[in-house]
Amino acid sequence: MCQDCGCGDPQLVPVDVHEKILAGNDRTAAHNREHFRARGVLVINLMGSPGSGKTAVLEATAALAGDRLRLGAISGDLATDNDAARLRAAGIPSVAITTGSACHLDAELVHHALHDFEWRDLDLLCIENVGNLVCPAVYDLGQAANVVALSVTEGEDKPLKYPVMFKTADLVLLTKTDLLPYVPVRMDAIHEALAHVMPVPRLLPVSARTGEGMDRWLTWLEQHLLQRGVGEHVHV
Amino acid sequence: MHEYAIVQSLLDRVEEAARSHGATAVRRLSVRLGELAGVEPALLATAYTLCRERSICAHAELDIQRIAARWECPRCASAIARGTILRCPVCAAPARLAAGDEIILERIEMEVP
Repeated sequence: MCQDCGCGDPQLVPVDVHEKILAGNDRTAAHNREHFRARGVLVINLMGSPGSGKTAVLEATAALAGDRLRLGAISGDLATDNDAARLRAAGIPSVAITTGSACHLDAELVHHALHDFEWRDLDLLCIENVGNLVCPAVYDLGQAANVVALSVTEGEDKPLKYPVMFKTADLVLLTKTDLLPYVPVRMDAIHEALAHVMPVPRLLPVSARTGEGMDRWLTWLEQHLLQRGVGEHVHV
Repeated sequence: MHEYAIVQSLLDRVEEAARSHGATAVRRLSVRLGELAGVEPALLATAYTLCRERSICAHAELDIQRIAARWECPRCASAIARGTILRCPVCAAPARLAAGDEIILERIEMEVP
């Protein structure tokens, strides 16, 4: 011990931390979640590859739900607010988060966006994450559920290649099913792949273009709204 | 490439701990990284080497302990073999991840004058 021998060298002190490196993000996410719960807003973290059809699903959701669901969105992209503009044109109040070079949203970015956005009277707030099957899976935002959009053109083994993303999913929306006649993809192979990475695989095939399966997606959302005890907010 | 963001969170946490202990430098960081944590160890190491300059960790080694994914049955605790369907082969319950999603700062070795 250098204090004892007097050599003047600094003492080497081991400090046990045992803490999640993203504990700061998790604290902010818990704070967001508390706000959402207090206002009875169901918050979905919608993830998926670029071009998997996340924005189109939200547009079709708004068109189908009409006045039954007060839907709002926060959409994250590296640049442009094109998605938020598209969603606003579809009647969905939306705010864009442009992340610059960041490949994911984090709880702080979402918390900041809440300050510029009237989200408190919504039934459902969809956070459309940056298109990416890797990084967004790592960050809790304060959502009630994770939904992953997987389009039929992406290949049936996508879940096996990106297990972390699909492990965190509460629901997988298989999008663009109107393209099924044109792509060599087998539904049973997608189910099989999901069963290897999701303990409870839940897959809903939808087409934003034809509306096929969208009613089942809406039912899933309404069930989650009811589970959260905010049934009075659904204007059926 | 969220590994840079992870390293920034790591350095922030270490700076805070070093300050509260009155440390002048950090020698070594020990991190546990799960196979299903969504963080690539090699990319984390590269990001760390680039980001540590001008921080209290400028000369600190990063020791990454990799944790293999381990799924088990939440009811009967049977292990679920790797590469199989995530259901218990005995009682058919959905599997639970018992290990492998850690992104944890375990220990800091710091120099205290």
